[in-house]
Amino acid sequence: MADTNGQPEKPVDTGSPAAGNGSGNGPGNGSSAVAKVLADAKAVRARATEELKETIKAPEKTDVWKSILRVKHDETPRSRALGVLSNVFLHLHPAKINRDAVAYKYTWGMGGMTFYVYITLVFTGTLLMFYYHPSKIIAFRDILYLESDVPFGKLLRNMHRWGAHLMVIMVELHMFRVFLTGSYKKPREFNWVVGVLLLVLTLLLSFTGYLLPDDQLGFWAVTVGTNMARATPLLGHAGPFGPQLGMTPFNDVRFGLLGGSIVDSNALLRAYIWHCVAIPILASAFMVVHFWRVRKDGGISGPAPMMLEREIKDVRKI
Amino acid sequence: MDFHQLWTIVSTPDNVPIVLLLFLVPFYTWYGMRQAFANDRLIAELEANPEMAKTHHRKTQPYKTGWAKEVHVWPYLLRIEFLAAIIVTVILMVWSITLNAPLEEPSNPTLTMNPSKAPWYFLGLQEMLVYFDPWMAGVVMPSLIIVGLMVIPYIDTNPLGNGYYTYKQRKFSILTFIFGFIVLWVSMIVIGTLIRGPGWMWFWPGTTWDHNRLIFEVNRDLPDIFGITTRVPKIIFGAIVVGLYLVAAGIGIHKLITKTAFNRRIYARMSVLQYVVMQTFLIIMLALPVKILARLMFRIKYIWVTPWFNI
Ligand code: HEM
Repeated sequence: MADTNGQPEKPVDTGSPAAGNGSGNGPGNGSSAVAKVLADAKAVRARATEELKETIKAPEKTDVWKSILRVKHDETPRSRALGVLSNVFLHLHPAKINRDAVAYKYTWGMGGMTFYVYITLVFTGTLLMFYYHPSKIIAFRDILYLESDVPFGKLLRNMHRWGAHLMVIMVELHMFRVFLTGSYKKPREFNWVVGVLLLVLTLLLSFTGYLLPDDQLGFWAVTVGTNMARATPLLGHAGPFGPQLGMTPFNDVRFGLLGGSIVDSNALLRAYIWHCVAIPILASAFMVVHFWRVRKDGGISGPAPMMLEREIKDVRKI
Repeated sequence: MDFHQLWTIVSTPDNVPIVLLLFLVPFYTWYGMRQAFANDRLIAELEANPEMAKTHHRKTQPYKTGWAKEVHVWPYLLRIEFLAAIIVTVILMVWSITLNAPLEEPSNPTLTMNPSKAPWYFLGLQEMLVYFDPWMAGVVMPSLIIVGLMVIPYIDTNPLGNGYYTYKQRKFSILTFIFGFIVLWVSMIVIGTLIRGPGWMWFWPGTTWDHNRLIFEVNRDLPDIFGITTRVPKIIFGAIVVGLYLVAAGIGIHKLITKTAFNRRIYARMSVLQYVVMQTFLIIMLALPVKILARLMFRIKYIWVTPWFNI
């Protein structure tokens, strides 16, 4: 290390005593070397400034830029299309869409906004995970600590809480819109089914998160909720035909959900894992399928031209 | 009027989404139906005038010949998405700055909350607990709701109204969905949130939540009203009554879906399986208001009493 560091200075080192010794003999020899070095430095500096100016003026011409964006972006239709198609985040969009499909009054933008709220929830949720331990006693203290001592902790928690509520409201309105526009009809039947699964997952996400602060509100809400599970027909110890099948509080579905016969530390841990790992993965996977299917089913369903009653074709009867 | 109580209920942080729902659902219902009626007027025009139906573009959206049918996603869609993201962020920020998420005392299994409520989106189901046993309200109904929603595309054989708002062309399905979504789901949530108080008792908005209130309600089982007291006749009687309901509801629904000429045309397109599935879900859905009315009007607790389950 020391060697290589010293090396560039060597020529300068040998040069300066020479210049100092023979100042009377050959002034031309020493000063010309210095002048050459200075001139070189100046040239390099000029070139660097030039290059820098060019980079600032047209950053899109640099290799780094090109390597990131892969295609040229200029004011041509082709380039606009490529800008969408060659971007991993945007390529779920087509390059062009039906001009009416962008009208707010048709889709209400609810699906897209649901997705956006989901992203903010993943973001704020990840930040919350840094301050939270899923164990009894500590969990509640973590929330208190989060609210009083963590910078913006309260805002973080509020955003996660209200975002969750907003997502539930939006997903229901999205479903309502899809129904009112008949968008579940051919060929989008299956995407509606995927949507119903997403609705269920959204509700489950919200519900499992309710227990995590481990306060009275969450505790009793989850107690009320999971008490219903013990009444599951066949599989719950208080449900129809449950006792006959040998169900007890210690082996029925409720026990499986809670990891115990009461809402306690195991239930907290289970809720945490479902809430922070399992359901988000499932929901994300289904969202990918959902968006993919919106594309594959021919994009947004409308506003489509109206069909009249007399145009109904009769179905083939067996 | 106890305005303090009213304010306490409405301003409970976790109730704010329901207050929001109270505005959003009617607004979007109006917003969607307004477009549906506008489209219906255009449909009526097109139906009356076959020439126009051939040449007209058939959309209420503004459209001029010569306009490109398609637009670039960048910028025409992405800018809207970007704007929507900003607006949602601002709303969420303002909401989170002005209103704090609730945090109660640490959980305590020995101290029951009264009323202890599920999160608001499950309050419709909790409200059903008043009328049905937990295995129905908590397990069977949610499962049926999920499966029932999933089969909608497969039992709706009406090809009209695909991709545009309309009421006229899909009266039956739209009314059914609005009944299920708004009457049975949203309004039950609203009742569960704003009206149910301690002991899950009914408190009209503005009355005080009296924790000592007792209601002496004698709910009777239907067989008891008819003087049937022994076990086996009770089972048989209940089964007969439920069977009668199934038949009556089935006939009623059949009448409804074959009422108009158009409805009969759609009905003719259904396969037997589609018809059976649709009837099953509609009969069960109709059972909810029937049971609710039976309780409210005749104070009937159970209709079918057996040693294993009660309905
Ligand atoms: C996490 C939940 C969900 C997300 C993030 C989501 C997202 C989206 C998005 C972004 C679209 C594009 C059109 C639009 O914005 O309206 C869409 C369309 C669609 N969604 Fe969802 N959705 C969700 C839940 C649901 C539910 C609950 C249903 C129905 C039960 C559903 C059924 C559909 C259908 C059928 C389409 C195609 C509509 C059309 O082509 O007009 N989705 N969804």
